[in-house]
Amino acid sequence: MEVALGHYLTVAAILFTLGIFGIFLNRKNVIVILMSIELMLLAVNINLVAFSTHLGDLTGQVFAMFVLTVAAAEAAIGLAILVVYFRNRGTIAVEAVNMMKG
Amino acid sequence: MIVQTLTFCLLAAVTLASGVMVISARNPVHSVLFLILAFFNSAGLFVLMGAEFLAMIMVIVYVGAVAVLFLFVVMMLDINFVELRQGFLQYLPIGGLVGLIMLVELLLVLGGWAIRPPAGVVAAAEPAVAGVSNTEALGSLLYTRYVYLFQAAGMVLLVAMIGAIVLTLRTRAGVRKQSISRQVSRRRDEAVEVKEVAPGSGI
Repeated sequence: MEVALGHYLTVAAILFTLGIFGIFLNRKNVIVILMSIELMLLAVNINLVAFSTHLGDLTGQVFAMFVLTVAAAEAAIGLAILVVYFRNRGTIAVEAVNMMKG
Repeated sequence: MIVQTLTFCLLAAVTLASGVMVISARNPVHSVLFLILAFFNSAGLFVLMGAEFLAMIMVIVYVGAVAVLFLFVVMMLDINFVELRQGFLQYLPIGGLVGLIMLVELLLVLGGWAIRPPAGVVAAAEPAVAGVSNTEALGSLLYTRYVYLFQAAGMVLLVAMIGAIVLTLRTRAGVRKQSISRQVSRRRDEAVEVKEVAPGSGI
C-alpha cells in the first residue's frame, strides 16, 4: 500500500470530526472546547499541507503557517478571557456565560 | 516504501487515539498532555509529507507555546472538574449523531471524489522548485509574494499579545511597588527635618 493523498485526508477528516464531537461532549468545560478547536485547526492544517505537497504548490504551506498564527492568537485571547471569567465568577461553566451582560 | 507506510500508520493511529483521549480524558491536564502527543505525531505526518519547516514550526509553536499555555491555565485555575463533568453522558447521543453524520459526509466526499494526478490538473501557482530545501522555498515565497500577509500575521500576534495582557492585568490595592518617579523627585527638605535641641533637654 502506498501512502496517497486520500489517506492524509481521511486522517484529517477523522480529526476534524473528533473536534466537533469534543465540543458537543464537553459543553460545560471551556478549556476542553478550546482544545477541540485546536484539534479542528490541526485537521485543517493537515489538509492544507497534504494538498500542497501532493500538487507541488507551496501556497498551501504558506496558508497553513497563517492558520497556525491565528490559532496561536486565538488560544492566547481565549485563555485570557477564561482567566478573567474565572476570576470574576469562580467557575468556568459555560452555561453562566450569558449572565455576563455588559 | 513499506517503512513509509508503516510510519504513516503508526503516526496516524497515535494522532487519532490521542485526539480521542483529548476529548474524553477525565482530567484536563491529561487532555493537554494528549493534545501535545497529537501535535507531535501530526508534526511527524508533516515530515512524512515533505513539509519539514511546518513540522518544526508545529513543534515549536503548538507544543512549545500553545499547549504549555493551556497547561499553565489548567493548573493555575482552581476548578472543580468533577462538577463540569456532569451531563457528559447527556450530550453523548446528540454529539455522537452530529459527529457521525459529519464523518460519514466527509468520508463520502473523500470516497466519491477521484483525486486526479498532479500533472495537468491546475498549473501550480507556486511550483516547488527542485533542489531547493523546503525552508528556503517557503522563505523565498513568504518574504516576496506574501510579505503583506506576513506583516498582517505579525499584527494579529501583536494585537493578541496586547489584548491578553490588557485582559489579565489587574491592579490590586495595598500592593507596595517601587515608584521611581516619586523616589527621584523627592527633595531633601521633605525628608529631613532639623530641630534645635537645647542642651540638657530632650525633644
